[in-house]
Amino acid sequence: MSEASPARAYASHLGVMALLFVLSFLLPEYYHGLLARIMVLAVFAMGYNILFGYVGLLSLGHAMFFGAGLYGAGLAVIQLGWSVPSAFLGGIGCGAVLALAIGLLALRTTGVAFMIVTMMFAQVFYLVILYFATWTGGDQGMVVPQPARVLTFGATALDLTNPTVRYMTALALFSLVLLITLAIVRSRYGRVLVAIRENEERTKMLGYDTFSNKLAAVVVSGAICAASGAAYALLFGYVGSSFASVQYSILPLLWVLLGGAATTLGPLIGTLFMYYVIDITSGYTSAYLLIVGIALILLVLFFPKGILGSIRQRWLGWLP
Amino acid sequence: MAFGPHLLLAALEGLVTSAVLALTALGLSLVFGVMRVVNVAHGEFFMLGAVLAWAITTAIGGHPALGFLAALVIAPLIVGAIALVAEQLVLRRLNYNPEATIVATIGMLYIIQQLALTFYGPEARPVEPPFSYRILLPWFGYSGYKLSVIAASALLLVATWLVLTRTKIGLVMRATQYDSETAQAFGIPVDRVYGGVFALGAMLAAVAAVLIVPISQAHYLMGQDPLLLSFIVVIIGGLGSLRGTVVAAVLIGLSDGIISMFFSPTLAKIIATLLVAMVLVFRPQGLFGTASR
Amino acid sequence: MMPLLITKGLSRNFGGLRAVDNVDFTLMPGEIRAVIGPNGAGKTTFVSLVSGRIQPSSGMIVFDGADITSQPAYVRVRLGIAYTFQLTSVYANLSVYANVALPAQLTLRHGPSKSAIQAAVMAALERTGLADQAAMPAGQLSYGHQRLLEVAMGLALKPRLLILDEPTQGLADGEIDNFITLVREIAKNATVLLIEHNMPVVMHLADRITVFNAGKILAEGAPEAIRENAAVQEAYLGTAP
Repeated sequence: MSEASPARAYASHLGVMALLFVLSFLLPEYYHGLLARIMVLAVFAMGYNILFGYVGLLSLGHAMFFGAGLYGAGLAVIQLGWSVPSAFLGGIGCGAVLALAIGLLALRTTGVAFMIVTMMFAQVFYLVILYFATWTGGDQGMVVPQPARVLTFGATALDLTNPTVRYMTALALFSLVLLITLAIVRSRYGRVLVAIRENEERTKMLGYDTFSNKLAAVVVSGAICAASGAAYALLFGYVGSSFASVQYSILPLLWVLLGGAATTLGPLIGTLFMYYVIDITSGYTSAYLLIVGIALILLVLFFPKGILGSIRQRWLGWLP
Repeated sequence: MAFGPHLLLAALEGLVTSAVLALTALGLSLVFGVMRVVNVAHGEFFMLGAVLAWAITTAIGGHPALGFLAALVIAPLIVGAIALVAEQLVLRRLNYNPEATIVATIGMLYIIQQLALTFYGPEARPVEPPFSYRILLPWFGYSGYKLSVIAASALLLVATWLVLTRTKIGLVMRATQYDSETAQAFGIPVDRVYGGVFALGAMLAAVAAVLIVPISQAHYLMGQDPLLLSFIVVIIGGLGSLRGTVVAAVLIGLSDGIISMFFSPTLAKIIATLLVAMVLVFRPQGLFGTASR
Repeated sequence: MMPLLITKGLSRNFGGLRAVDNVDFTLMPGEIRAVIGPNGAGKTTFVSLVSGRIQPSSGMIVFDGADITSQPAYVRVRLGIAYTFQLTSVYANLSVYANVALPAQLTLRHGPSKSAIQAAVMAALERTGLADQAAMPAGQLSYGHQRLLEVAMGLALKPRLLILDEPTQGLADGEIDNFITLVREIAKNATVLLIEHNMPVVMHLADRITVFNAGKILAEGAPEAIRENAAVQEAYLGTAP
């Protein structure tokens, strides 16, 4: 019973954060940069996991929420000259509003129709970015200039292009979202979400407005994915339409499946593992989509619970 | 050119699109209707058909018609065999669970696409049409081959329809679609029916691709648009309804040809995709289907 | 005294079939009411209409003086109508504790603490005798215990009207005796509407019995009167005493 072991759950999560902190001083430059990127993308996966893992809603369109954050923050800085913090919040806001609108429409459908509808809305979002190329840079994308990526607090200035600052900012965002996820999962609200996943009809008959609960989950999930996108734009300085393409809707699904759906640390492990595999194999082949494809099929066939999900089932029942 | 002939040209081009689209979408619709599987890799079977057509015509050489006819027969057979293997190795083991099969067919999409890139390359390559007769209309000349594509597609659609409604194979398929457990109890080999339907769906996409490849070229990414359009057709036509699929294909093909002549293609796609998503949200049984409740 | 539940002209059609046909029904607070009738008589459809799982084709439902006809199911649950399913539908993958915590946390909306939820859950589990199995995944309980868990989930909602749809189906005799005691216990602070096939259970428990046949109320009255009723015997012809 997960209720019994909050201390162990929190300790293990703090341990992971501490490990990531220490790694910042140990890793060689290339892996240092890669891990910062992975942490930001793991936030994307964590946002996806809230909806897919805990509510059981399989969306094929989450690239639009990542894209909303990415373009929301990027355009705010480039076209409107906003400061970094307001652009970041603006990006999250874009994602949350978009998620609310999409949720209101897409949640009228279930199952396969939900998957297709979310994919189509994401496709519309992607095409809209291409269509308004004058502002968005079309398929070329845009670079966020270095001077615009500096955080100033009075006299001190944090340059987000500095590797250490970038790594620590990514870690801070990752840790915050990890703790938020953990809090949601362990809350009464988290219990309702899992109940909806397990049996929606029954949950209605226990007095829960399942539609509103699902809608809230879509918005939270969308906002977290948008936070990841906004951070990506500000930390890595590139805003491109490929991040809104269907491939970036599939990737978080893959990461979450690989790491373990409905586990709080699974998204990080999945993202890390996938990048590691691609990194190793890129020495032999450039065909990384082949690996993505094979991984997807092997996962659904043999490890539907993913890495952490299987570990939890066999050994560590207390893992949240 | 005056507006009238301009429109006629757009309509003819639209009909060619419709013809190919109807075949492709019918494959997707059959697989969904009988197996309840959304095959995201359907567009890649289409692409494979086109790429194989190029390979076969290049290997055979001689008169273009010879290579083309060979491709028309061999390419779908190869694609069907690949689909059959994929069905046996993957989909069957997933018990046709709708969500797991979508993820698995996404995996297939990436694998097929990447293999095509590796072995066929990133170039777009043309296939010579079997004949190059031009029909002279009062306002413009029009490719006889394109018209024959429309005819061939119509013929294939009628043939498929006859198989589905008038033969034992069709009866077995419909019984499986209606209630697979009862069908199993009556001695219908449901597993083999599913394998056959999945292969047939892929073959329809491959035939469509062989027909279109002399007009547009073979390319490893060419499966994406047919996939999206087939989804649109199947959704508008009502999931699993054969007649709806054909009507919707003609509608989408014509409007696609006509709209993209007057609007930017990106804007046309935005509007079409949005409209279809709305159909799925507010009228999930499709525009032509009847409510099941 | 004001009735707890009233239905007026309540009907529900499925295609051409009138599953529930123009039913006027009244239930007083504190009653244990049994609903009986042959298979297909419309009993489950009737209670599904009351609980809001399906919408009526026509007619009206009044609960505690308020018209709830157009309220969605979850609102009716919050007003105090709890429904336990005919076929067991507990959350098989969640612990017994979590199954009951879900309804328990709902009724403790005003500043519920973890300990308050825990107290409410354990109270419901004690009453149904499942306290020892709290940590077990619900799917691993025996069938009879899963039925009890259904009741515990209903109890945790602190309902004013508890609808039990064939609760003793598939239970062993010993379990049925315990169940009768449990329902009596529940009826001290809730009204119970019970669909039941097992006539001894009905005769033991019910204050009044409503007999459904072909979507209509055929008869209504005290257990003794119903036992003597000729029309009822005819409707049951050969299926029950």
